[in-house]
Amino acid sequence: MNSLKVLFDRDTWQEIFGSISKNKTRTVITVIGVLWGIFIYIALSGAAKGLDNGFERQFENIAMNSMFVWAQRTSIPYDGFKIGRSIELKLSDIEYLKKRVPEIEFIAPRNVRGVFGGAVPLVVHKSKSSNYNVYGDFPEYTKIATKKIYDGGRFINEEDIKNKRKVCVIGERTQAELFEKNENPIGQYIKIDNIYFQVIGVHKFIPGGGFESDGDIYIPFETYKQIYNSGDSVQWFTIAAYDDADVVVAEKDIKTVLKRIHRVSPDDERAFGGFNLGEVFNKIVGFSKGMTLLSLIVGIATIIAGVIGIGNILLISVKERTKELGVRRALGATPSEVRNQIIVESVFLTLIAGILGIILGALVLAGINAATLDLTDFPYTNPTVPIPFILGALFIMVFLGTLIGLIPAQRAVSIKPIDALREE
Amino acid sequence: MIQIKNLHKSYKMGSSSLHVLKGINFEVEEGELVAIMGSSGSGKSTLLNILGMLDGADEGEYILDEVPIKNLNETKAAKYRNKFLGFVFQSFNLINYKSALENVALPLYYQGIQRKERQSLALDYLERVGLKDWATHLPSELSGGQKQRVAIARAMASRPKVLLADEPTGALDTKTSYEVMDLIQKINDEGKTILVVTHEPDIAQMCKRVVQLKDGIIIKDEKVDQVLASENVQ
Repeated sequence: MNSLKVLFDRDTWQEIFGSISKNKTRTVITVIGVLWGIFIYIALSGAAKGLDNGFERQFENIAMNSMFVWAQRTSIPYDGFKIGRSIELKLSDIEYLKKRVPEIEFIAPRNVRGVFGGAVPLVVHKSKSSNYNVYGDFPEYTKIATKKIYDGGRFINEEDIKNKRKVCVIGERTQAELFEKNENPIGQYIKIDNIYFQVIGVHKFIPGGGFESDGDIYIPFETYKQIYNSGDSVQWFTIAAYDDADVVVAEKDIKTVLKRIHRVSPDDERAFGGFNLGEVFNKIVGFSKGMTLLSLIVGIATIIAGVIGIGNILLISVKERTKELGVRRALGATPSEVRNQIIVESVFLTLIAGILGIILGALVLAGINAATLDLTDFPYTNPTVPIPFILGALFIMVFLGTLIGLIPAQRAVSIKPIDALREE
Repeated sequence: MIQIKNLHKSYKMGSSSLHVLKGINFEVEEGELVAIMGSSGSGKSTLLNILGMLDGADEGEYILDEVPIKNLNETKAAKYRNKFLGFVFQSFNLINYKSALENVALPLYYQGIQRKERQSLALDYLERVGLKDWATHLPSELSGGQKQRVAIARAMASRPKVLLADEPTGALDTKTSYEVMDLIQKINDEGKTILVVTHEPDIAQMCKRVVQLKDGIIIKDEKVDQVLASENVQ
């Protein structure tokens, strides 16, 4: 209780300011030690968080637990079929998959013209023309991967599928290349491989890997089926699992079911290809968790090093001030008063350094944030450090500051005043 | 004011032990100005340290203002020092980053006196030693004599029963020494009990009583005719 009173006593602080301003170089060097520690801590954990946020932003346009599954050639002879048989996914697979694999939330079959062979369709509008990939899509697709459609437009809907409408959603680049600058493409007609399609929307392209581009054109799956004569075959499924499902298990189950449907050996690993975004995403999440942990460990270790530095320098300073402390005790300072003074000095220096370090760290993070604001392909967004992290760091610093301050404080009172006074 | 009976003190020096005080008996009345003399190694500083509670005796009794001083832990010793004693050192021992006023106020701080009162009391004492105008100066800006006067003001500020001066003029030239002794005599004239350790006979002559120590015992203890320091200051 007595020591708490000391903290709120103006005189205590006057004594502390007196002794720390006495040797400015010492104070500055001491402060830099801890300042550096907390700065590293803040900058690192902020950067880790920024990276985490950045990855999240990169994946914001697609469900994080989604995957692509496509068919390849068999690598094992099975059920009377010889090796190397090429398999095609069928629309009818969807019903089976939904029934057998309960983890599936959405499943969207997709076909594309121009990516995996086949001539890239020629698209014409008035006198302008170019080649773009054309996708056959179901409306479900937007439930797995968000497609931002510019105002006034829409994505393919159920009616389009049912009536096999000749409508299309074009890309930003398609619009820029085929239409005049201030021309509204919505409602206009373009010719895709010599068939007229009405433009119903323009999608905003979000880079996120894969083979999609800002020139892609989406048309209803049924329309695609008809004009390209693709029948029931599907080039690949885009599948989203439920949020709580294990995507790796889901992928395995889906492939097992597909193997059964298409009479492929259960051991054939090459018959069906898959790209599991959920798995990749989990790895990235794991990576950024690791980064956060690493920054936490490195930061705290640096803080500890800094605080030990404070203890070290206070120890030297106590040695320098042996005589002064002796005088104080001759004048009536009790050992606990001397001890408290040194501990409060230690904690005070630690705190000041810590707060300066936090401010500096925050400034640097803000600077990096401002510098990377326009870089969309750099996964770094909104670097922040959670308040509990900062409070935790401050608490650790105060705690360590007290602990480390005890060493010089104990040393200061262990010297008898008479010996202290004798020292010249 | 001070009663000492059969005081012994020895220091361990490795395996051998050095018997410094070999049975000191003496008393000091209130208002006395006593010089403790002796060559170096005679035990005069050790005696002063024990009187100042900076060191403990091995054997014997020490009564200060009717309070027996024994079995002191550091905290209690600090409280007693603060309450009973004022120290004046040969090397002044001012805190070099504190102004004259703050130095004088320091024992009052440890007495727990409020800041404002402390400041005005400290200023009073600085005025008494003639250094009111130097209150805001750091020790490094003061001359030796001025430093010692600040130290005396500091020793007086806590209103001690006894003032202990360890070679107060040891680091000063003759003229300044006499000025400091003049101040000590004036404080003594106001009724304060003062003990001065010195090896200079002329300083001892300025006290009212001289105690001569040799090899740890008192060999002479006599009243002297006090020489007024002010008469020797040119």
